[in-house]
Amino acid sequence: MTQFLQTLLDGVTVGCLYALIALGYTMVYGILKFINFAHSDVLALGVWMSITIAGWMGMGAAGQPTPPWYMGLLVLVGTMGFCGVVGFVIERVAYKPLRKAPRLNVLITAIGVSLLLQNVGQQKFAFGPYPKSFPSLMESSSLFTVAGVQVRASDVAVVGTAIALMAALQFLIFRTKLGAAMRAVSFNTRNASLMGINVDRVISFTFVVGTMLAAAAGFLYGLKYEGQAKQTADSMWVMLGLKAFVAAVVGGIGNVRGAVLGGLLIGLIEFFGVAYLSSQYRDAYVFAILIMVLLFKPEGVLGRATVEKV
Amino acid sequence: MSRLVDQARSLSPAGWTVLPRLLWPLVVGVVIAGLIQFVIGPNISGFTSKVMLVAGINIIMAVSLTVVNGFTGQFSMGHAGFMAVGGYVAATITYYGSIKLFGTADFAGGTVSWTGAGAFEGPIVGKGDLLFIGSCIVGGLAAAGAGYIVGLPSLRLRGDYLAIVTLGFGEIVRVLLQGTPDQIQPWKAKEALDVPWYELLLKLGGPKGFNLLPTYTTLFWVYLFVVLTLIVSYRLKNSSTGRAFLSIREDEIAAQAMGVDVTRYKVRAFVLASFFAGMAGGLYAMDIGAINAGDLGFQRSFDFIIMVVLGGLGSISGATLAAVILTILPELLRDLPPIWPAGLVLLAGMAAAQKLRGQWRLRPLIVVAVLTAVLEIARRVCVAKGINIADYRLILYASLLIVMMLSRPQGLFGVREAWELFGRGGKKPAKGAA
Amino acid sequence: MSAMNLIARTAALLMVGFGLASLGCEKPSGGTGGGGATKSGETGTPGSPKEDGDAGQIVIGHYASLTGSEATFGISTDNGIKMAVEERNKAGGVKGRQVKLVTLDNQGKPQETQTVVTRLIEQNEVVAVLGEVASSRSLAGAPICQRKGVPMISPSSTNPDVTAVGDMISRVCFIDPFQGLVGAKFARENLNLSKGATLYNRAQAYSSGLNTNFKEAFTKMGGQIVSEQAYSDGDNDFSAQLTAIREQGPEFIYVPGYYTEVVNIARQARKLGITVPLIGGDGWDSEELKNAGDALNNCYFSNHYSHEDTRTEVQEFVKKYQEQYGKVPDGLAALGYDAARLLFDAMERAPSMSGKDLASAINSTQNFAGVTGAISIDENRNANKSAVILEVVNGQPKYKATVKP
Repeated sequence: MTQFLQTLLDGVTVGCLYALIALGYTMVYGILKFINFAHSDVLALGVWMSITIAGWMGMGAAGQPTPPWYMGLLVLVGTMGFCGVVGFVIERVAYKPLRKAPRLNVLITAIGVSLLLQNVGQQKFAFGPYPKSFPSLMESSSLFTVAGVQVRASDVAVVGTAIALMAALQFLIFRTKLGAAMRAVSFNTRNASLMGINVDRVISFTFVVGTMLAAAAGFLYGLKYEGQAKQTADSMWVMLGLKAFVAAVVGGIGNVRGAVLGGLLIGLIEFFGVAYLSSQYRDAYVFAILIMVLLFKPEGVLGRATVEKV
Repeated sequence: MSRLVDQARSLSPAGWTVLPRLLWPLVVGVVIAGLIQFVIGPNISGFTSKVMLVAGINIIMAVSLTVVNGFTGQFSMGHAGFMAVGGYVAATITYYGSIKLFGTADFAGGTVSWTGAGAFEGPIVGKGDLLFIGSCIVGGLAAAGAGYIVGLPSLRLRGDYLAIVTLGFGEIVRVLLQGTPDQIQPWKAKEALDVPWYELLLKLGGPKGFNLLPTYTTLFWVYLFVVLTLIVSYRLKNSSTGRAFLSIREDEIAAQAMGVDVTRYKVRAFVLASFFAGMAGGLYAMDIGAINAGDLGFQRSFDFIIMVVLGGLGSISGATLAAVILTILPELLRDLPPIWPAGLVLLAGMAAAQKLRGQWRLRPLIVVAVLTAVLEIARRVCVAKGINIADYRLILYASLLIVMMLSRPQGLFGVREAWELFGRGGKKPAKGAA
Repeated sequence: MSAMNLIARTAALLMVGFGLASLGCEKPSGGTGGGGATKSGETGTPGSPKEDGDAGQIVIGHYASLTGSEATFGISTDNGIKMAVEERNKAGGVKGRQVKLVTLDNQGKPQETQTVVTRLIEQNEVVAVLGEVASSRSLAGAPICQRKGVPMISPSSTNPDVTAVGDMISRVCFIDPFQGLVGAKFARENLNLSKGATLYNRAQAYSSGLNTNFKEAFTKMGGQIVSEQAYSDGDNDFSAQLTAIREQGPEFIYVPGYYTEVVNIARQARKLGITVPLIGGDGWDSEELKNAGDALNNCYFSNHYSHEDTRTEVQEFVKKYQEQYGKVPDGLAALGYDAARLLFDAMERAPSMSGKDLASAINSTQNFAGVTGAISIDENRNANKSAVILEVVNGQPKYKATVKP
């Protein structure tokens, strides 16, 4: 029972992270119809920016008391802001000029941007080639214990922040004028521009929001694992991004609620697979689920099947 | 009804020509590969021949991916996975086959495969060569089988969804290969003799990789397969099957309406492309003398996609050229040679191409000129200040990739071939069905 | 189609062809040295064979992953080698000749490794090659060195297969089976434990190799492995595996991973209430262990050397390295330093700089006083040397024991 609950808790926490990252993929896909391969590198950038900002604010040095919670929030906002700016620049320089080109081209520039972020981040003038540890911004002791399972403050913070961000996004998309414009562009770009929507601006905005969500996920990732952040060129970031992307597809790509559901699903499947089957094939579970879902419900769990017209 | 069939039959070549028609690519391949191996080979440095060899393997991968991505328009992101399947199968057969048949895992080939030091005394083609080349073909077939399995979902999936499935396939192949038990090392060859072959086939070394393979891959074998791949792809492009592929790329629904069995052709494209990728995998494994699934993940697949897109979707010569350029580029970026000659050549080529097509556009020329000048100045500054460019190699590579894609979204040659670029004002390759 | 057009067309094709040919055939001049000191005198004296004349430089090569996802390892090793070369040159070089180091990056790819090694041997005309950290790349580079008859010393590839390539290939680190044995011996004899669990990275040759060897040695000594769990590259959450391990109640957990993972594993284990010691290998070795706080207390790992070692060569090395690079040298840097110094030692002893002489000098090395201990090259060209066991105390590794082969 303890193992079951523990696995459940871990699966949900990691699922929330996947969901946040998946949201970025799904939003960009919904509007631009391409897989943003640089997304996972923005995530890594988020982790490293959090470390850097926390360092500037004098947090995280060994032997210091844990800072109050609002300092962590400040780091989160700073990271999201910085990555948002980076996202804006990426979109403007690498994606916008190719709006009318085949999608495969944008994919290649995305790979280029991804390589660029990875390797610039690893330079001495940026974050350096060595892994760094994430400063502890929260008490590492457990908040309370349920049936032998320790619920930690960081878990609560991760899930709480993720839910808050997702709720904010939900509000943005379904309750604001800008959100309506985003949905319109996603539905039909040409008609949206006929309706007087500034398509370019909406696309830029969507992209920046997606990037900021990835940055937030990066911060939460650091908060949860507290240990070592690997250098930006490490393949683990791409793998993490890939799993989140799988989550987006499983949930139904282009569908915001689907991304959240997919994230949780993938997190739980991964953790239960490791705990009850074998830890040998962790990545294989995720991709096997992906292929199963695509074969039996290609549009994803919550996606709507579209009929292509001539 | 029968008249049309009769007409068609009278148009098809006579039965006795089947053999020559099948064999001429092979003959051409052997001649060209022989020339490269025995005439050019001895006169170039080992470094140049190594780069040529790597470029050759990359050409096979890029051109075979062109069949799927370029001709058929199906987006495959797991091409390195097929390479891994073929490579591992070929490595298994060559390595354990050598042990079972010859008693040791040592090199047992002839002059064509000799990569060791000094001159080689022996036949031109040895028994080991036959095993090696057979294993590469079996590797290709195994990869083709995998391609068939991956191609099947295209029944239901299209576009990006198919891409994700191929990516998932590549990753699953990697994870499974990394879960295999340890290899039986050459010095334990005697033990291997007693192990039944079906058990041997699974001992692939897992994460440590499949190591200490005998090396057979030479320029001869690589360019034999390069020529075969090129001839097959080019003839395919201009065959009825090729036109069916292209019609799927242009408009799947219209193609279906015209009676093209879309699914069958998609699967066919996958099978063919994976066959070549699998063979390239065999060449790759027996070139390095080791194969490791960890090196053939999706990042490797991306390398090939970049080649295809950079060459121009569907252009065989484009993919070939892009494969060559992308193989040489990282080496050139180690310490930059002068840039202006390349810029000048590019300018002249562009000017000539524009002249021929009778449309003068000054802007691209100016852009190239300015870019060359800026890069050349930057290079000189770096050299003067003693900045080590090699440290920024990957940054430069990534930036070049973005710039190339932004400045020429259709790739080097677009959908055309190199010679058509200078030909009659850019004739489309897909001639209407007669 | 006018004649004019035809001429222009042919000319254009020819020019493009020539352009490509010039790109392809451009002979890159010299190599790019790691530091400014190696920048001078790019090419050797043309016309004269490299062995002749005592005025010329001795060029040695190093291939490493300086960019890409495994840059950390390559950079550390290169720092160590660079230091050894500079030191040697200040002291007058080898046989009165200055040593020039050419370091080339392989992006962590096996195919590029082969190109790079060929380039080192043919264009930079190196007399010996150092490299790589990862066994998979050493295995790609070794056949080339063997074929061309150029000795190669791997500083830190622990897979036994590497030196099996041939008599030109040797190494200065111990191999996986030995390290597994050391861990098992320590757990069984020094700590007197009999019930263990393992947690390893199954996608990584180093980790899974060590795991197998440890398991074999430990069960042979009468121990019992109650749970064997694995993770993969890029995993950062080990709670599922740790929970499964906790159910079995082992007395210790063997974690043959890299420090980036180990810190996280330790923290997560402690959070789950697992208090038994963790035992690991040289992958743990890093300054960054301090970030684990008290999570790694009562944990041990086997290593090539301890920077606390009081021997003068160790203390001097640590001091110098810290001055130059501003951090405590890790095991990879120490092994790179030793590999280069062992090579110089062999050069002094070898009658000539030819590959054969040099290789036999390297292979006959006995009791070379390296920073990582006394190194003797055995008949399989592996280093025969002892390992140290370090205990982590509040994030600082403290010397605990030495285990002899």
